Amino acid sequence: MAYALQQLINGVTLGMIYGLIAVGYTMVYGIIGMINFAHGDVFMVGSFLSLIALLGLAALGITSVPLALALTLLFAAAIAALYGWTVERVAYRPLRGSFRLAPLISAIGMSITLQNFVQVSQGARVKPIDAVIPGGIQLMDRGGFAVQLSWMQIAIVVITLTILAIFTWLVTRTPLGRTMRACEQDLKMAALLGIDTDRTISLTFVIGAALAAVAGFMFLLYYGVIDFYIGFIAGIKAFTAAVLGGIGSLPGAVLGGLLIGLIEVFWSAYFSVEYKDVAAFSILVIALIFLPTGILGRAEVEKV
Amino acid sequence: MSALLALSGVTAFYGAIQALRGIDLTVDQGEIVTLIGANGAGKSTLMMTICGNPRARSGKIVHDGQDITNWPTHQIMRRGLAQAPEGRRIFNRMSVHENLLMGAEVAGRSDIAGLLEQVFTLFPRLKERINQRGGTLSGGEQQMLAIGRALMSRPRLLLLDEPSLGLAPLVVRQIFGAIRELNRTTGLTVLLVEQNAYQALRLAHRGYVLVNGSITMAGTGAELLARPEIRAAYLEGGA
Repeated sequence: MAYALQQLINGVTLGMIYGLIAVGYTMVYGIIGMINFAHGDVFMVGSFLSLIALLGLAALGITSVPLALALTLLFAAAIAALYGWTVERVAYRPLRGSFRLAPLISAIGMSITLQNFVQVSQGARVKPIDAVIPGGIQLMDRGGFAVQLSWMQIAIVVITLTILAIFTWLVTRTPLGRTMRACEQDLKMAALLGIDTDRTISLTFVIGAALAAVAGFMFLLYYGVIDFYIGFIAGIKAFTAAVLGGIGSLPGAVLGGLLIGLIEVFWSAYFSVEYKDVAAFSILVIALIFLPTGILGRAEVEKV
Repeated sequence: MSALLALSGVTAFYGAIQALRGIDLTVDQGEIVTLIGANGAGKSTLMMTICGNPRARSGKIVHDGQDITNWPTHQIMRRGLAQAPEGRRIFNRMSVHENLLMGAEVAGRSDIAGLLEQVFTLFPRLKERINQRGGTLSGGEQQMLAIGRALMSRPRLLLLDEPSLGLAPLVVRQIFGAIRELNRTTGLTVLLVEQNAYQALRLAHRGYVLVNGSITMAGTGAELLARPEIRAAYLEGGA
């Protein structure tokens, strides 16, 4: 019981990180119908940007932890947003109106480019950092097994929920969000209403990349170790989360992220840590076969 | 006076297929002009080509003295044109209110309430449905919403693509009545594409007949209605 509770806590924390990345996949899919395979690598870049900012701030002698974290988050999100914008501008926009596979191939190329860029510029070895937020609270101690809820986990859940609340408000309540939803539902019609659809698409990439950077920041703090390759596995898991939740659905992406996080953690706890990635990817296969529209996805209905 | 919209020698392609073969057409300020033709004649392509999607391959499109042939769609639509396109293209997962607000994107944020009121006066049904999702409306209501959304941008030129398609005769009469009313009271210029030739020619000041991507006949609505070849091709058995 205590053991399961601990896994639940760990699973939710991990699920939050996947959910944030999954939102980026689902947004881009919603608006231009492509899977941005470079998204996982933007997450990785966000993680490295966080590392650089943390070390830089420490070198500057900023010792207040909340201030350092807030500045790091802002820096990573802003620069990663620039990466997101550039990726779209360089690799996808020139291919718009081309055959469907072209941007997908370009995305894989972009993914490899980002990985190699970071490998060359930052080195291939893993980068560890010390725990930034140590400690936690002990929820219960039964039979010699203590259930821990670390401050770090609380911070991850609080930051994610806050960001998602702001994001939800942006999409559902503001004119900007309305424009984004219009483009997602019918790009051609949105242009007929005078909307600069290219600009809205760019913005979608910018927001998705910023969210991925937040996830990268939390990944760095949570695990304390990153390398240039983390974007691949985390990216594919977040993509699985987006498919499981129903690609194109924003709440679905978060829900899918939570489920994948929980499945992965419980699988590791009760079966085998070595095969945890297999568990997550089996879910992808099962979802694609039996639930191709996902949990909250919708089958398109056309009215004539 | 120069025309509000003038097309000369416009051609357009979908892939390798030529959809428009040298179209010459003018719409003057304050007119209702209709374009009739059979399925696949290129009517909707012509409407979309005016809006820059697809772009004209050759020829010239001039709106209000400005050559807009190679402009991107969203910039053309910011010049006071609005289109209620083929298939209505309502945002299904948005409320009626949000759909109308989307129409006002180019009108800026001023006097949205007044614009909404104007649309509701024309189509009171939309006011009753204001919080309903676009996808749940009936066909006729969706058409009203498509026209209402187009009007929210305060257009000087309204492009209507088959507003009568699939609607009951009573609803068609209501929508055509609304178009005539708008034209009479506000001087709105309308380019109307229709398969329902009889109704369209009676409503319009002038008309063009489009066959296989070329204009084969032009004249006033009454003139065209009297032509035997029009009667044979578009009116017999129909109307």
